[in-house]
Amino acid sequence: MLSSSLGRKVVMALTGLFLVMFLLVHLSGNLLLFKEDGGAAFNAYAHFMSTSPIIRVLEIGLFAGIIFHFLEGVSLLRKNQQARPTRYAVKSPSSATWASRSMGLLGGTITIFLVIHLADFFYKSKFATPEPGVISVIDAEGTRDLYAVVREAFAVGWYSAVYVACMVGLALHLFHGFQSAFQTLGLSHRGYALLVRRIGLLYAIVVPLGFASMPVYFFLKSLN
Amino acid sequence: MSESTLNLTLKIWRQKNATDAGAFVTYKLDGVSTDSSFLEMLDLLNLQLIEQGEVPVAFDHDCREGICGACSMVINGRPHGPERGTTCQLHMRAFRNGDTIVIEPWRAKSFPVIKDLVVNRSSFDRIISAGGFVSVNTGAAQDANCIPVPKPDADEAFDAAACIGCGACVAACKNASAMLFVAAKVSHLAMLPQGRVEREARVLKMVAQMDEEGFGACSNTGACSAECPKNIGLQHIARLNREYQRASLLTGK
Amino acid sequence: MASSTRETGPFDARIPEAPLGEMWTTYKSTCKLVSPANKRNLDVIVIGTGLAGASAAATLGELGYNVKTFCFQDSPRRAHSIAAQGGINAAKNYQNDGDSVYRLFYETIKGGDYRAREANVHRLAEVSTSIIDQCVAQGVPFAREYGGMLDNRSFGGTQVQRTFYARGQTGQQLLLGAYSALSRQVASGRVTQYSRHELLDIVIVDGKARGIIARDLVSGAIERHSAHAVVLCSGGYGNVFFLSTNAMGSNVTAIWKAHKRGAWFGNPCFTQIHPTCIPVHGEHQSKLTLMSESLRNDGRIWVPKAKGDKRKPRDIPEAERDYYLERRYPAFGNLVPRDVASRAAKERCDAGYGVGSTAMAVYLDFADAIKRLGQADISAKYGNLFEMYEKISGENPYKTPMQIYPAIHYTMGGLWVSYELQTTVRGLFAAGEANFSDHGANRLGASALMQGLADGYFVLPYTLGNYLADDIRTGKIDTNLPEFAEAERAATERISQVMGIDGPTPVDKFHRELGKVMWDQCGMARNSAGLDKAISDIRGIREEFWKKARIPGDANELNVELEKALRIADFMELAELMCIDARHREESCGGHFREEFQTEEGEALRNDADFSYVAAWQYGGPDEKPVLHKEPLTFNNIKVQARSYK
Repeated sequence: MLSSSLGRKVVMALTGLFLVMFLLVHLSGNLLLFKEDGGAAFNAYAHFMSTSPIIRVLEIGLFAGIIFHFLEGVSLLRKNQQARPTRYAVKSPSSATWASRSMGLLGGTITIFLVIHLADFFYKSKFATPEPGVISVIDAEGTRDLYAVVREAFAVGWYSAVYVACMVGLALHLFHGFQSAFQTLGLSHRGYALLVRRIGLLYAIVVPLGFASMPVYFFLKSLN
Repeated sequence: MSESTLNLTLKIWRQKNATDAGAFVTYKLDGVSTDSSFLEMLDLLNLQLIEQGEVPVAFDHDCREGICGACSMVINGRPHGPERGTTCQLHMRAFRNGDTIVIEPWRAKSFPVIKDLVVNRSSFDRIISAGGFVSVNTGAAQDANCIPVPKPDADEAFDAAACIGCGACVAACKNASAMLFVAAKVSHLAMLPQGRVEREARVLKMVAQMDEEGFGACSNTGACSAECPKNIGLQHIARLNREYQRASLLTGK
Repeated sequence: MASSTRETGPFDARIPEAPLGEMWTTYKSTCKLVSPANKRNLDVIVIGTGLAGASAAATLGELGYNVKTFCFQDSPRRAHSIAAQGGINAAKNYQNDGDSVYRLFYETIKGGDYRAREANVHRLAEVSTSIIDQCVAQGVPFAREYGGMLDNRSFGGTQVQRTFYARGQTGQQLLLGAYSALSRQVASGRVTQYSRHELLDIVIVDGKARGIIARDLVSGAIERHSAHAVVLCSGGYGNVFFLSTNAMGSNVTAIWKAHKRGAWFGNPCFTQIHPTCIPVHGEHQSKLTLMSESLRNDGRIWVPKAKGDKRKPRDIPEAERDYYLERRYPAFGNLVPRDVASRAAKERCDAGYGVGSTAMAVYLDFADAIKRLGQADISAKYGNLFEMYEKISGENPYKTPMQIYPAIHYTMGGLWVSYELQTTVRGLFAAGEANFSDHGANRLGASALMQGLADGYFVLPYTLGNYLADDIRTGKIDTNLPEFAEAERAATERISQVMGIDGPTPVDKFHRELGKVMWDQCGMARNSAGLDKAISDIRGIREEFWKKARIPGDANELNVELEKALRIADFMELAELMCIDARHREESCGGHFREEFQTEEGEALRNDADFSYVAAWQYGGPDEKPVLHKEPLTFNNIKVQARSYK
């Protein structure tokens, strides 16, 4: 099953929905950044996330999900491009949404974003050797001051701008991906297709907006 | 039926045969009646080309009633042109005097160009051969009313069965995917009790053939359904997905 | 045919010696059979993949024969059967409204104006019920009632509801059913399908059809294919009129080549004019579009009572409208048979009451039906037809009446065949519209689909077996036989002849001219002077064609103009035969209306004493007169009456 075009789409849909769920968890945790306690709650949360064995196991699943989603996406993209070796001379304004036609491009953007994002935060929070200018340790349990890293990073205007732009890309990717996953899984029906589309739209707006609000928040804060 | 005439510039894909590289050729065509169909406009061009000793433009067409599915051209970037329906049902009143119209063949690896605007769609026949049927020999049928079919099911089956196999879905899809075509046949037979006996084998074989022919995968953009002259809906693709997953899980294939 | 004068040669209709109702059963019980082991060694060629061809090929494949099918379209699914809209008749009597096999038989004979063979028509009515069973089993989505049972509607020429339908796309759904059965056989390897191939000639060896010469339309290659029997399901020849409701590619070539190779042509002048087509609009029009006659169930046909009334139809009050069908034929009203409805429209237009820009149209009005049933109901029944009308005419038929005019639609004539659907050439069979058999001088609506599928699914598999039973020791037919070489040479020569004309005129122009002559002189109304003139005009056009046609390009490539030229060359020969047949039949019957033979009220005047026969024409040779043979029609089970729908 998994070797056919329909099977691969199922992989895309399942991993996609899994990542969608992850985003929600990720966002709700990160909302602690907004707590005006100098980052204590956020750092405690980050410490838990990087040390709990359960989370470590889930993390492997998460990375597997990302990798499968990425690899299948690339493979489908290639197959799809091969299916039309000669392009049309005239491109008419398509009836399909731009997002739906640009999932590869959007996915690529998100991939680049992920590399930056993981290197700057995930790596620093877990693997980098604590030293000045990288990350500091704030207590005996080894809790790292990730909050400070975030604060410093987003104080840089262009960096925050890149983040916000990538969140727009994510929003578009989710806007199509969410409902597309349901369609691929056959979970589309005249009765509730509209509901799925609406939830997808809401999700695609709220989640990336939530993420984007963080760089904006810290950038504005740095101006004061 | 108020008639007027148009002067047009046509940019048409000309390709002598499957191995020729092909190129666009520009023609001026004057005095086209707004009441004539798009294909009649091409007839007029061809008459003039023949009179000038040139080879006329080859294009597929037959019934000219919007049902045989033969006509297949991309007009100004849209399969079958700017209106919903087949090319043969497109009338020149949809255009304006002085318009430039670009006409290309369906573009897909699985629909190779034979000549000019004519493409080879036999891949569709092979997909149907793979399983788009109910295996019932002539004479083996019971009385027709022994199989009651709820009207909504029959109507839904009909909506899918209305597919004319023109290939506009493939032409419109950015991936040249044949999902809507395959979905229409799978959905049609899956909705009816007659088709349920072979539902697993059917969907698995048809999808395998679709992949083998080199069509792209479905990105759920919906462009196929938007260009389908027979309004085949995306819910049939969802049903195809369901049928496929169900069949895969049940048979382990 | 009465047994005392029974023919014994190839012109023997071979009607079983049994009472009418038992003939087919008797035939099936006594015909020769071929064992499964022998079927594997027998080859059959089927030309055309419409309802008749696809159903025949699928069934023969299921039985175990080696079948090759040919169609000129890019896929068998595109054969013009697909365009049939309204429905298919069957004597199921699901509506409990008094239908029966006999009634369907009776109405088909009567509708055909008593010019069809009783035995064939009765068999058609008998197997009609099995067709519906078969199609439903294949998954054809016929219209259903809320209880899940099949729905029916009424059609012209009948007073019962026996027409099964799939919205306005019945032909499409039936063809897709047959095509799916065919595809299944292709997958199993029993049928080999050749698309984009056109028949150029039939190969006769020792008096039997043993193969064909075909042209691969893509490469231009000339191919030889051999078989133990050849079945022609190539459809009708309505395109001889240029403007018709046929598909652009529909042609007479297969049956005309067969005719020239010895198959007699039955009733060539019997053509059907369909009353509900969209009127002609301009000189570059390429074809006419039909709208299902089922529209006449709910639409009312009228013209203004005043000559040349130029008011908009909605501005003409009820009292000033002439619902001429309801006036002339109160019993059947708007549902009179096609020939009657067509002629009545022509009569009104010729008398100056026509409407529209050309005054060659009448109104088909749904205002009353919309008022009675609501727009949603009308849309559910006829939505696609209304849409199609609006696309073509630019007018909205929900708001303003449709304009309609009759157009050439179907040809009842075709190759003469026996009860076994065998032509006068042994081993050469013809089914569906390509034969002359079941519709007499006029076909009832929803009967073409019935006949095509009856022939293909249920008749040919038996009759072909009966013929092939004698061939089990023949072995494979060698395509190197001199007869194949000769036929190939003739085909190649014809192509080079056409390619060599080198004139200035596109072939369509000759076709258009030919069509005009045929429509004017051999169309809805005919007379001897006009037909004489037509014959000489046709000869003139033919001569011009062979001097002045221009076919650009080469023969060894996809060359649409060459395809057309070859078809038109055959149409031009056929046209003359049609006129000769129309000229000789000095009576009016069905679609054949001779102006000299009508009642004072303008109704058709049949002459049973002199013309109750099938005219089977034998090819006489190039520029020679065809030879007429008569198959007398005897009616032992039906009372022959003047046809009345009043």
